[in-house]
Amino acid sequence: MTAPTRTGMLVASDLRVVSDAGPIVTGLDLAVSPGETVAIVGESGSGKSMTVKALLGLLPPGVRASGRLELAGGAGDLVVDLADPGTSWKRVRGSRIALLLQDPFTSLSPVHRCGEQIAWGIPRPGGRTARAGDRHGTREHVTRLLGEVGLPADVAGKYPFQLSGGMRQRVALAAALAAGPDLLIADEPTTALDVTTQHEVLELVAGLQRGRDMGLILITHDLRLARSRADRVLVMYAGRLVEEGTAAEVLGDPAHPYTARLAACDPPLTHRLAVLPTIPGSVPAPSSVVAECAFAARCEFAIPACRTAEPPLIEVAPADPALAEATGGRRTACLRSEVVRTIEHVGESAAEPAAAGIPAEAAASPLLTVRGLTKRFHGSAVPALDGVDLEVTAGESVAVVGESGSGKTTLARCVVGLERPDAGDVDFHAGSGARGAALARRVQIVFQDPYSALNPGLTVGTCLAEALAAAGRPKSEVAGLLTLVGLPEGYARRRPRALSGGERQRVAIARALAPRPELLVCDESVSALDVSVQAQVLNLLSDLRRELGLTMLFITHDLAVARQIADRVYVMRGGRVVESGPVDDVLGAPEHEYTRRLLASIPQ
Amino acid sequence: MNRPVLAFALRRLGATLLLLLALSLLVFALMYLSPGDVARNMLGTRNVTPEALAEIRARYHLDEPFLTQYWLWVSQAVTGDFGTSIRTGGPVGPLMLSRTGITAATAGLAFLLSALVGIPVGIVAAVRRGRPLDRLLVGVSVVGVSAPGFAVGLLLLYVFALGLGWFPIYGTGDGFLDGLWHLVLPAVALALGLGAFVVKLTRAAVVRELDQDYVTFARGRGLPESAVLRIVLRNAAIPIVTSLGLMVAYLFGGTVLIEVTFALPGLGALMEESVLFKDVPVVQALTLVVAFVVSVTALVVDLSYLLIDPRVRARTVRTRAVRG
Repeated sequence: MTAPTRTGMLVASDLRVVSDAGPIVTGLDLAVSPGETVAIVGESGSGKSMTVKALLGLLPPGVRASGRLELAGGAGDLVVDLADPGTSWKRVRGSRIALLLQDPFTSLSPVHRCGEQIAWGIPRPGGRTARAGDRHGTREHVTRLLGEVGLPADVAGKYPFQLSGGMRQRVALAAALAAGPDLLIADEPTTALDVTTQHEVLELVAGLQRGRDMGLILITHDLRLARSRADRVLVMYAGRLVEEGTAAEVLGDPAHPYTARLAACDPPLTHRLAVLPTIPGSVPAPSSVVAECAFAARCEFAIPACRTAEPPLIEVAPADPALAEATGGRRTACLRSEVVRTIEHVGESAAEPAAAGIPAEAAASPLLTVRGLTKRFHGSAVPALDGVDLEVTAGESVAVVGESGSGKTTLARCVVGLERPDAGDVDFHAGSGARGAALARRVQIVFQDPYSALNPGLTVGTCLAEALAAAGRPKSEVAGLLTLVGLPEGYARRRPRALSGGERQRVAIARALAPRPELLVCDESVSALDVSVQAQVLNLLSDLRRELGLTMLFITHDLAVARQIADRVYVMRGGRVVESGPVDDVLGAPEHEYTRRLLASIPQ
Repeated sequence: MNRPVLAFALRRLGATLLLLLALSLLVFALMYLSPGDVARNMLGTRNVTPEALAEIRARYHLDEPFLTQYWLWVSQAVTGDFGTSIRTGGPVGPLMLSRTGITAATAGLAFLLSALVGIPVGIVAAVRRGRPLDRLLVGVSVVGVSAPGFAVGLLLLYVFALGLGWFPIYGTGDGFLDGLWHLVLPAVALALGLGAFVVKLTRAAVVRELDQDYVTFARGRGLPESAVLRIVLRNAAIPIVTSLGLMVAYLFGGTVLIEVTFALPGLGALMEESVLFKDVPVVQALTLVVAFVVSVTALVVDLSYLLIDPRVRARTVRTRAVRG
């Protein structure tokens, strides 16, 4: 780790972001030194993305920033008034600060070749007129950049759709580095990538950062990633900076209850918890918080003083005084930080390790048997499923893990009947040997994205009543369904847009439960949720499983989630099952080389 | 890569020919679908004598089976011989040819006007989204889309020809410049609605692209706005080209009313006269020609996707590879 020097290459002071609806970021100071990695951590609505957009003048229409931005670097010092609408961002973007976005599938233009897109960012010494004569030099520059991100030169002639996600993100990285920025801002740069690819891309960024002595601001919701990659961490909550310090200190010894609880929500990979710690309630809108601590309403340590004034960001002593000199700047906005730090694991009091899964009874009858399932999509060279066998016993929870392209989602869709396999059997041993629509009601699915899974035009009540009617059940059960998934009955009158992501996913679960299915298939059902919400939904699912005796088939890319939810796990790769068995055996002592690689790629 | 693309183009061309064949069958059947005796219908509003009817039957092979008649008609139509006009007694081909110039000029001018004005206006509105200029342009284009062409034509005539006297009221003029002069008002009347349509579609396409991540990414690494706009336009090209293709079909509907309004002796006016006179051979020929132009435009638009979007190109190649 580089010890940060006091001379920041980027210093932002009193950065504020305001929209017509109210404040989004309410005053934040940020400094990054050359070679340093600063992680900004927070859940959706924390204002972390808006903060970095403000640093580049990329705020959407109707959103304004204020504050002062000082940049030092090879090209001389520069002071930018963020409130000035006439700011010339040309001097900042690209050459001083470059932005790398989350999704490599959308951040490149689909109709331009990769080489072209990288070349756009290369500054031309003789102005724009030097273009024609400079073509050869540009091509060499592109090849060099591609080499730096570990791609062969012929990628320049390819279109983004011809590349894998990891390769696209490398192309995007080469494009971001084209103008030689002093600082790279990476907004969730690996969230959309598979775990092994994630690891490669992060290693690559770290290497480039060292080689170029480049500062890095890493925006992430992933605390593990922040801890393993960042020198310093800033934790944001509801548009406020609640805690900052070195990564090891902030995440190892949180001084703010929010940081502590957020860290506890992250499901552990090594063992299963009976109940995952959660944070009750939800993140308030930054504008609704007036003269109080934004977290007070959800905080177990709150005292009356927390609700009368917003706590200032104050220096706290580092856990290890010897480090005080080197790290400095350990600050938190909490009146009760001393109490928070004395408690060993906040919110983990309830988090006792559970017995490793419910032991599957030998006599239990199989509910679902999948034999030799094969599926090849039209126009695809490789099969999506290549002879998959799978068995789920009644009452069991089975996880299918794998990366994109492993065929896990196709498997789920074949089980539910949304895809027709080319060969093989899906046998569902329903009590009555039901077929067709009756069978369809016995198996239900919950999708990944709760934003697109609900019809925005229907109220929650209508949506659930529709699902009940399809199963021949009375409308009066709507209230019961909502209670079942932990939502107030009054939500029946709301429309999806008035609900948060976690609430929508609860509605989607309620809808799947309406026909009283025996098997619930969850296709990445918690991947799009914030970590604290994910913990709530995972708890809900295990409660439902206990109460209703549900059998679950859980499709996920997240091994820690599989650890928490499943009794047995199947590891898929390239349309085949490479390893399967009890979750403790497979994740604790993996036999297949691929499972081992998956586990090794998770940031520790 | 090129062989599959060529194969796709040929297949698409084959499909267009099949479509035209089916359309020509429908067009030919028009004569039988209209009520009454075909021979009587073909005589139009003239006096009917048994001799005339017999002559018509013989000349048009009306006693032959339907498909034989169709074959005789269509095999002559592809050589440009669409038979004889009932109204004028002359051959339909040269009659249409003499009227084509004026329609082609009006429609072409209207097409150019609406594309050359509509696309830039749509881009400007999208870039200034939500600002007063955008509201104004969108407001004007709503009026443009909703105002019927002939009403706009009458208004233009009243203001610019009758009131201000800047443009001639009717006729075609002599020579190229004077001819163009006479076509300005009709073309503007025709272009207004179509242009507004192009504005709305272009604006929607560009707005959608401006919201994409790759725009934020391009700005975030310091590309100038002009470069960003170039990238966006390339991506918005498919919907824009599609809207231009659709416009060609609308042009023919609009041109009938406009030519009547401005008393221009073009194909539209010919269509109007022929329908009124029940001049079935002319109506058939005109319908077939319009169908031909519209299908060929659709073909060109489809093939242009291959040029614009590498993903479409790749999909074409892949589909071929799997089938082959």
